[in-house]
Amino acid sequence: MSTRLATGGRLLDKTKAVEFQFNGKRLKGYAGDTLASALLANDQMMVGRSFKYHRPRGVVASGAEEPNALFNMGQGAKFEPNQRATTTELFSGLYATSQNHWPTLEFDIGAINTLLARFLPAGFYYKMFMYPRTFWKHVYEPFVRQSAGLGKAPDAETKDADTYEHFYFFADVTVIGGGVAGLQAAKVAAKSGQKVLLIEQTSAWGGRAAVDGGEVDGQPVADWIDATIAELDAMENVTLRLRTMASGVYDHGYVLGYERVTDHQPDVTGPRHRLWRIRAGHIVTATGAIERPLSFAGNDVPGVLLAAAVRDYAVNWGVSIGDRTVVVTNNDNAYRTAITLKELGLEVPAIIDARAEGGGALADKARDMGIRVENGKAVVKVKGTKRVEGVAIGLQAGEGAVLETIKCEAVAMSGGWSPVVHLWSHCGGKLIWDEAEAHFRPDPDRAPKGDAGQAFVTCAGSASGAMGLGDVLADATSAGAKATGKRKPKAPAGDARDEAPMAPVWMMPQGAGAKLKMKMWLDPQNDVKVSDVQLAAREGYESVEHTKRYTTLGMATDQGKLSNINGLAILSDALNQPIPQTGTTTFRPPYTPISMGAIAGEARVATFQPIRRTPMQDWHEGQNPFFEPVGHWRRAYCYNRPGETHGQAVEREINQTRNSLGLLDASTLGKLIVKGPDAGKFLDMLYTNMMSTLIPGKCRYGLMCTENGFLSDDGVVARIDEDTFLCHTTTGGAERIHAHMEEWLQTEWWDWKVYVANVTEQFAQVAVVGPNARKLLEKLGGMDVSKEALGFMEWADGQIGGFDARVYRISFSGELSYEIAVPASQGAAFWNALMEAGEEFGVMPYGTEALHVMRAEKGFIMIGDETDGTVIPQDLGLNWAISKKKEDYLGKRAQERSHMADPNRWKLVGLETVDGSVLPDGAYAVADGKNENGQRNVQGRVTSTYYSPTLKKGIAMGLVHRGPDRMGEVIEFPTIGGANVKARIVDPVFYDKEGEKQNV
Amino acid sequence: MLILECPYCGVKGEETEFHGGGEAHLKRFGPGSDDDQFHDYLFSRVNPKGVHLERWRHVNGCGKWFHAARDTMTLEVFGTYSAQVFEPPQDIKDKISAKRPGWQWREFS
Ligand SMILES: [Zn+2]
Repeated sequence: MSTRLATGGRLLDKTKAVEFQFNGKRLKGYAGDTLASALLANDQMMVGRSFKYHRPRGVVASGAEEPNALFNMGQGAKFEPNQRATTTELFSGLYATSQNHWPTLEFDIGAINTLLARFLPAGFYYKMFMYPRTFWKHVYEPFVRQSAGLGKAPDAETKDADTYEHFYFFADVTVIGGGVAGLQAAKVAAKSGQKVLLIEQTSAWGGRAAVDGGEVDGQPVADWIDATIAELDAMENVTLRLRTMASGVYDHGYVLGYERVTDHQPDVTGPRHRLWRIRAGHIVTATGAIERPLSFAGNDVPGVLLAAAVRDYAVNWGVSIGDRTVVVTNNDNAYRTAITLKELGLEVPAIIDARAEGGGALADKARDMGIRVENGKAVVKVKGTKRVEGVAIGLQAGEGAVLETIKCEAVAMSGGWSPVVHLWSHCGGKLIWDEAEAHFRPDPDRAPKGDAGQAFVTCAGSASGAMGLGDVLADATSAGAKATGKRKPKAPAGDARDEAPMAPVWMMPQGAGAKLKMKMWLDPQNDVKVSDVQLAAREGYESVEHTKRYTTLGMATDQGKLSNINGLAILSDALNQPIPQTGTTTFRPPYTPISMGAIAGEARVATFQPIRRTPMQDWHEGQNPFFEPVGHWRRAYCYNRPGETHGQAVEREINQTRNSLGLLDASTLGKLIVKGPDAGKFLDMLYTNMMSTLIPGKCRYGLMCTENGFLSDDGVVARIDEDTFLCHTTTGGAERIHAHMEEWLQTEWWDWKVYVANVTEQFAQVAVVGPNARKLLEKLGGMDVSKEALGFMEWADGQIGGFDARVYRISFSGELSYEIAVPASQGAAFWNALMEAGEEFGVMPYGTEALHVMRAEKGFIMIGDETDGTVIPQDLGLNWAISKKKEDYLGKRAQERSHMADPNRWKLVGLETVDGSVLPDGAYAVADGKNENGQRNVQGRVTSTYYSPTLKKGIAMGLVHRGPDRMGEVIEFPTIGGANVKARIVDPVFYDKEGEKQNV
Repeated sequence: MLILECPYCGVKGEETEFHGGGEAHLKRFGPGSDDDQFHDYLFSRVNPKGVHLERWRHVNGCGKWFHAARDTMTLEVFGTYSAQVFEPPQDIKDKISAKRPGWQWREFS
C-alpha cells in the first residue's frame, strides 16, 4: 500500500495538517502536498476509470503530464471537472470526487467494456455508428452521449462564483520554466540589465535538480537554487512568478501565461486566475523533459508510475507508493529511483533493465547497495487489477515466456526522456530526431521567426536536449546570452553526466504477441493500446495526424504528453519506416488546459458587451418594455400594458399610430456626415441612385451595394448644403457603412476631397407619426411644418417647442410623419415634451415590431429581412432607385453579370394567404419535382410575415421565382406541422398604394 | 499575434489593433470590363507561400488603411507603407529583395 513515510518531504510543512474530502471520505494531508501526493499518502491508489473500458486508473506522474488523476473539484458555483490532482495544491476544505464511473469508483458497471475490448478496437466509433441511419436517434446517440466526456459539465444554472483578470506585460526576455536551466538563463539575461520575466508552472523553484541533487560550483544544487532565486529577486529588472504556466507561444513573441492566483488559497480574496498577455523580445523555453512510459502488458494498473514520479513522491512529499518497488528501465536515469528508495529504507526487489549491456556508474552503485539488477530483461506483465501485486519477468529479446514472478506493490518505469518542445513548436520551431536519446529535440537552426525575421525562441537545458546538470547549465548560459544578444559569461560547473547509453525500447518484450499487446497501454486516459495503433497502420493509416484521430491517441486532456512518442514509434515500426519520417502530430496551445474564466477575464455580464443607450433609454426602461437586441442597442419591441400579450401591445400601438399619433425612438439610426467638394460624386459611386442632383433641403431614399452587387444598406440621404450630405443608415449599420466609405475613400479614390464623420450619437431622433403628427408639432410651436413649408421628402432646421430641431419629412410607416433630430443632450427632454403635448391625441410610444408591421403593410423592404447578402436591388423591384444615367456605382458591373441579370431570379412579391392566416417566417414555397439530392424543389421563400392589425389578416413578403410575372397565382408553403398553406402572389404594397396618407 | 507598425501614426501595435483587408494593389474593374477581368478583380487572389503585399487598417487606432509586405510562412514583416500608391515603394522592394532574393508578387519583383 502507498503510505506517508516518517521522514522526508522536502516541500511539506508537517506542522500544518490539512483536512480534505475525497469521495465523501475525510482525509488528512500537509501544507505543501498536491492532491495527488495527499491521496497516495492515504493509500488511494485508484483515482479514476479510463474513458472507454472504465479500467481502474492510478496516478502515473507527478506533474502536468498526468493522464489519469482527474477529478471533479469543488461544489455548486465553484464546481469544476477534470482538474489534475498532480498540479492541484492541497488546501483545507478541498472537495474532490472521482469521475467516469457508475455507481462507484470501486464498483463500476462500465468496466464490462473491458471484457468487450476485443469489440472496441481503434476506429470503433467510426465503424460502429455509421449504419443503419435510423439507429442514430434512439440507439447510438444516447449511447454516445452517455459515454461522452470525462467529468460532469458544471450545472448550467450556476454562475462561476470566482473572478478572473487579464494582465498585460512586456519583457525583453521571458524565461519559461524555473528549473536550474531557467534560473541560469534568467540570471544571465538579467545581468545584462534587460527586463526579465521568469515564470514557473509549479509552486516551487528548482525543477528536477531539486529532487535529483548534484553539485554546482562545488555547492549542493539546492543551495545554488536558493542563492540564485535570492539574487534574481533582489534585481529590479526581474519579475518572478510561481504557479504561472506558459500556455502558448504565438506570433512575434506573444506569450500567454496562466497564473493560478488563489486556487491554493481559496480564502484569499482576489482573482482566481490571471491571464498574462506577455509580449517578449525574446523567449527562453526552459521547460525540461518528460519521462516516457514503457509499453508492457498491464502498464496501466494502479501502482505503475513513471520512475521519476516515484522519486518525486518520495523526496518532495515523503510518500512511498509501496514497500516493494520494481524498477523497469531502458536507461540509467531510473536507477536514481531505486537508489533513492533504498536510501529511504524501502525495498527494491529488482531493477529490470531492458539493455543487454546494462547500465553504467549508477547501476554499479545500485548493485553496491545490494539491489538485484537484471540486464536484458523485460516486464512481461503486471499482476493485479486494482493495484499492482507483482510482475512477471522474461527476456526483452523474447516473446513473453515468464521466467519468474516478483511480488511488489509498485512498478517504477522509465522509457527515456522527451524534451518538452511544445512551446518551441507552437509558433513554428522545427525538431530534429536525436538517435542517441531516441527523442525529438528542437533544431536551433530552425527557430520561430519574429517580425524582423529574427529567431525569437531559444530552448535551454533539457528542453533543448541537454541531459545532465553540467550540460544543462552550459546550455542555459548560452541561451541566456543569446536572448540578450550579449557575450556569453562563464557557465557554472555542474556535475558531468556519467551514464551508459539508453536503448530505444518501444515494446516489452520486443516479440510480444497479440494477447500481451492488447494490454499494453499507450494512452491510458483514452484507452489506446499498442494493438490499436498497429491496427490503424494495417487499415492503411499512414499519416500520424490521421492515426491520432482514428485511434484517439493523444487526444485526451493530457494531449499525449506521455503517449505521443511511444505511439508514433509503434506506428513507424508498423509502417516499417524511421521515426523522423513519421514525424510528430502538431503541438497546439494551450500546453495544459486553462480555465474558460481566465480566457474571459473581466469580460463578463455587462462588461462582456457594453450596451449602447439612446438619450431616451431611461424613459423606455420605465415603461415595462420588452427589449430586443438590435446591434449593440436594446430597442423596445413593444411597450406592454398590464395584462397585455406582446401581440396585443403591438396591435394597440399600430392602431393608435395609424389613427392618431405614435412616437418612435429612432435615435439608433446611423447618421453619417459626408462633406467636401467631391461629396456628391462620392455618393454617386456609393448609392445606386443619383445623389449629386439632390437639391439642398431635399431628401432621397438610397440603396448601397457592395462591389459584388448585393444590397448592403439603405436609408434616406438629406442634402444639407452644396458640400454636405447627411446619410442615414440602418440601426447597427452606421459603423459598418462608415468603414465602407472610409475604405473606398482611402484606398481607391484617395484624391477625392471628401471626409466622413459618424454623428450617430450626437443626435436624438424621434419619429412623430400619424394623422395628428402635424397638430402636435404645431401645438408645441416654432417652425412652420405645413405641407407648403415642408413637403414630403424635404427637411428644414428650426425650433420645435423651444428645442433646436432638424425636421425631416420622411415616412417609414406610410403615415404623415416627421423625423426630428435634436442634440443628444436634449433628447430626453424633447421626448417628454412630445409625450406631454401629445396626451390629447392619446399619444403612445411604439416599438420595433409595430415599426416592422407598418413598413410591411406599405411594402417597404427591411435590410436583413428582404436581404441576406445574396439579394440585389433588382430582385426587390427597386429599379426605380437605380440610376440608368450613371456610368458607374459600386455593384453596377456585378449586377450586369449573367446570373444577376437572369430573369429567372427569385423576386419580391406580396403574399396573401387564402385563409387569411399568417405564413410561417422563412417558409419555402414548393415546386414540382425533386432536386439531385432527392429533396423537394422550391420556388420561393417568405422574407417578412406579420398579422396586420390594419388589414385584419396575415400579410407577407417573399422572394418568388419570377414572382412579379405571376401575380394572382396561388403557391403552397408546407409548414412544420405538415399542412400546406396556400398563398396568392400579390403586389407587396398592402396599404395605401397611392401614398395619400403620407403626403398630406 | 502579429506586431505591425502603422506608417501613418507611427504606432507599433498588436494585431488586435488592426484589421486585415486582403491583397493590396488590386486594380478595380467596373462597367465596361469583360467578364474575366471583373471575375479576377472580384475573386482571384494569389495566396502565396512567402512574400505577400496586403492591406491592413489601423481600425482601433488612427483609422487609416495601409499596406504591409509580409512573409506568410515566417510571418516576417518587411515593412509597411502608404495605401495610396500603385506599387510598393522602392525602399520596401529593396528590403524584400535583401531578404528574399528573386521574390515576385503579381507584377512586382
Ligand atoms: Zn495608425
